[in-house]
Amino acid sequence: MGRIRQHQALEERLLFERSSPGKIGYQLPALDVPPVDPERALGSVHVREEIPGFPEVSEVEVIRHFTRLSSWNYAIDSGMYPLGSCTMKYNPRLNEAVARIDGIIDAHPYQPECLAQGMLEIQRTLEAYLAEICGMDAVTLQPAAGAHGELTGLLLIRAYLESRGDARRVVLIPDSAHGTNPATASIAGYEVVEIPSNRLGMIDLATLRDAVDDSVAALMVTNPNTVGIFEQDIAEVAAALHERGAQLYMDGANMNALVGIARPGDFGVDVMHLNLHKTFSTPHGGGGPGAGPVAVKRHLEPHLPLPRIRAAESGLSFDWDRPASIGRVRAFYGNFGVLVRALAYILAHGGDGLRNATVDAVLNANYIRKGLEGRYELPYEAPSMHECIFSDSRQAKHGVKTGDIAKRLIDYGFHPYTVSFPLIVRGALMIEPTETESKHELDEFIAAMRSIAEEAERDPDLIRRSPVTTRTSRVDETRAARKPILKWQSAGQE
Amino acid sequence: MRYLPKSPAEREAMFAELGLASEEDLFASIPAGLRQQEPLSIPPGQSEYEIRDYFEARARDAARGYACFLGAGAYHHYRPVVIDSVATRGEFLTAYTPYQAEISQGVLTTIFEFQTMVAQLTGMDVANASMYDGSTAVPEAAMMAARVTRRNRLLVARSLHPEYRQVMDTYDRYQGLPAETVAYDPQTGQLDLEDLDARLSSDVAAVLVQSPNFFGIVEPVREAAELAHKHGALLVVIFSEAASLGLLQPPEEADIVAGEFQSFAHPPSFGGPYVGILATKAKHLRQMPGRLVGETLDADGRRAFCLTLSTREQHIRRAKATSNICTNQALVALMATVYMALLGKRGLRELAEQNLSKAHFLAGALRSAGAELPFSGPFFNEFAVRPAGGSAGDVNDLALERKIIGGLDLGRFYPELAGALLVCATETAKREQIEGYADCFREAADG
Repeated sequence: MGRIRQHQALEERLLFERSSPGKIGYQLPALDVPPVDPERALGSVHVREEIPGFPEVSEVEVIRHFTRLSSWNYAIDSGMYPLGSCTMKYNPRLNEAVARIDGIIDAHPYQPECLAQGMLEIQRTLEAYLAEICGMDAVTLQPAAGAHGELTGLLLIRAYLESRGDARRVVLIPDSAHGTNPATASIAGYEVVEIPSNRLGMIDLATLRDAVDDSVAALMVTNPNTVGIFEQDIAEVAAALHERGAQLYMDGANMNALVGIARPGDFGVDVMHLNLHKTFSTPHGGGGPGAGPVAVKRHLEPHLPLPRIRAAESGLSFDWDRPASIGRVRAFYGNFGVLVRALAYILAHGGDGLRNATVDAVLNANYIRKGLEGRYELPYEAPSMHECIFSDSRQAKHGVKTGDIAKRLIDYGFHPYTVSFPLIVRGALMIEPTETESKHELDEFIAAMRSIAEEAERDPDLIRRSPVTTRTSRVDETRAARKPILKWQSAGQE
Repeated sequence: MRYLPKSPAEREAMFAELGLASEEDLFASIPAGLRQQEPLSIPPGQSEYEIRDYFEARARDAARGYACFLGAGAYHHYRPVVIDSVATRGEFLTAYTPYQAEISQGVLTTIFEFQTMVAQLTGMDVANASMYDGSTAVPEAAMMAARVTRRNRLLVARSLHPEYRQVMDTYDRYQGLPAETVAYDPQTGQLDLEDLDARLSSDVAAVLVQSPNFFGIVEPVREAAELAHKHGALLVVIFSEAASLGLLQPPEEADIVAGEFQSFAHPPSFGGPYVGILATKAKHLRQMPGRLVGETLDADGRRAFCLTLSTREQHIRRAKATSNICTNQALVALMATVYMALLGKRGLRELAEQNLSKAHFLAGALRSAGAELPFSGPFFNEFAVRPAGGSAGDVNDLALERKIIGGLDLGRFYPELAGALLVCATETAKREQIEGYADCFREAADG
């Protein structure tokens, strides 16, 4: 079937189950100063007994342990990872190499500014490129992730409105939004009001105008939205908000559809975040680290988090004297190592290359859409941008749901698409191939999805049992939640 | 563009398949007036060779080859090469958040091991899959404590890392969680327990204390816990130097432990990416933010792991979630897991003892050079020190000439400590470097 063959999959126990007293995987240099007795230096009340249950293993076992575990993962390096809204593109290895250069990776955040000019230059250059890409006036690189960027963005809006004596309490969010949007608005102290999408999957201008009053601080919009469609009325939406003194926040999760083609700053966005781990190829690493820079228009710039980078004849320095700033959003200056990787990505592409990547990303999504049309139900007719959304309504007639199709896709050698999101599409399949998939890979994916559509009619049970080729068969998530086991315990401990 | 895997002919074939004549047609759904007219003002794409050159040049404009006595929340520790051998494996590096458990058992298993080791080290019942960093774990812990106690006042030790306090201020401003600082004892540098007692009342959600604190001093965690609990408040214990966990009594009396695992995982990297941890007692589990991995079975009855208790999280609860945090710092947490596995039970102890010995040797050397330690409390691997005669700036200027980066001027965050330095010596500090830095103190004092 597809490209799946049996391969070596070794069993592996947990580190704690491999442990044996006295095994070591390290050697420290001999102490070149007199040893200090911990109990005398700290007081015996502050000194711990040995760490119960902590592992003791050898170096070769550590390597084998993690190598075997790694073989149980799917990864971009294994094949296409068509998670919608996640933008799983190739992670260039050069970026890993440059992030590890001596001088960069061991730079201490408090080392004197005269010895940090290279780091400041990297940040300033990345800020400038991201501002250019977004059509915005200023960028902060500090937020650690997309959701952290959202929080920073909303706090900027809040500070701006309050500086005008116009504190407001409501944030509008379309029903198609990512869960982080309403969660962030709550953390920022706002009341969330949901805006229903229209039958085209877009924001309805009339509905929005009705919802915007003097209590509304902002609308949080994703564009292209989570059904992969460009919000046609975005400029009018921005105007409607601005007329009533509200701000437009853009979730940049789907920026991979726009780089070099359209700039949020040109269609009225006041503040937005980017996900460097999506659009700018920094590795997801199994769930982080990411980086969520925030780009703003000029009127929000005074409120950006501390510190900012200042250029003078004497060189670059941090500017801490910004009384209107929202303050700190994290210690130090952001996930610097992630920023280095993103800058390397931009340098490799250049302006034209970035635009070409966008073209290929949108081309790939539409190619898949064309290949699957007629086999899967398309809930929205509007043209797709970088991702395409189907529903499982045809397969559901045979008792096969989007989650089942996703599991079966694993048997064909692909990572599943995003399942059951956005919530406004019943039984959604959200597919985002990104630009770094070859035509060959796309053709194989389309063939696999078509084959599953046929299986859904012929042998729905097979799909519901899938995956059948993996080392681990379907995992019982209900059981995990019913009686949570969240750490290893030795047999006697439980 | 070398990262785009299509030949011109393939691209042409795909356009033809879609019935599109031009690239413009692909973007027909973007109103013409909103499309970008000018090309991006970013220089043409560069080769690998040129990009390496660019970053090598930036790295030369930094502090290569310097000895460094800075700590203050970011620590230089030796990292075994095995960490990057594992962390650069594409199967870990390029995987997504492990939603699809059947093909993510590698990531899930390592997170389960991470959660276990964090719980073992902190003396807590459960730990999550990680937070962004130590500084953002603090407001998450504070918000969690407010949910658990249904109270809103926070008492924060002034000896908590100043940047962590600033981050908490930003988060809490709009959460209705007013925070007051609790003084430190100017003699010992430890939490002023009398001041804490005076500020405690029945509306306090949590007391937040860092140990070792920002001055490197071990706090009376047990006494702080007793006071907090007497008033029904939670005790949140915070740490920024994970290496201390190998030697110090775990804060078992705490209700929540929040901290920074950078020491076990990642070089200082100019401030990030690091990896925060959050651990707590079993009874507070449902109020915990962030991802959790749990053990279960697969359809064939074999042990398997998956993300669990996600009804706390934003993608399910949306506006009512325990936090807006989405992913964690899985790759950095993996690095920490590999590090902890390599050092193991004995290695973490030996590492911590070496840190203690080096820092105390440094303290002795600086005292011999005429400097004074303003605080008498027990310290782990960093401490405050006041140079004799010459200023902190003079000492560090002299040190820089000898390729030594001196400690942090405490006046930056504590005006009353202006002129004192916070210095740190880990196992990477060599005796001759320590003696060289002490010479700077001596010579600056002699003028």
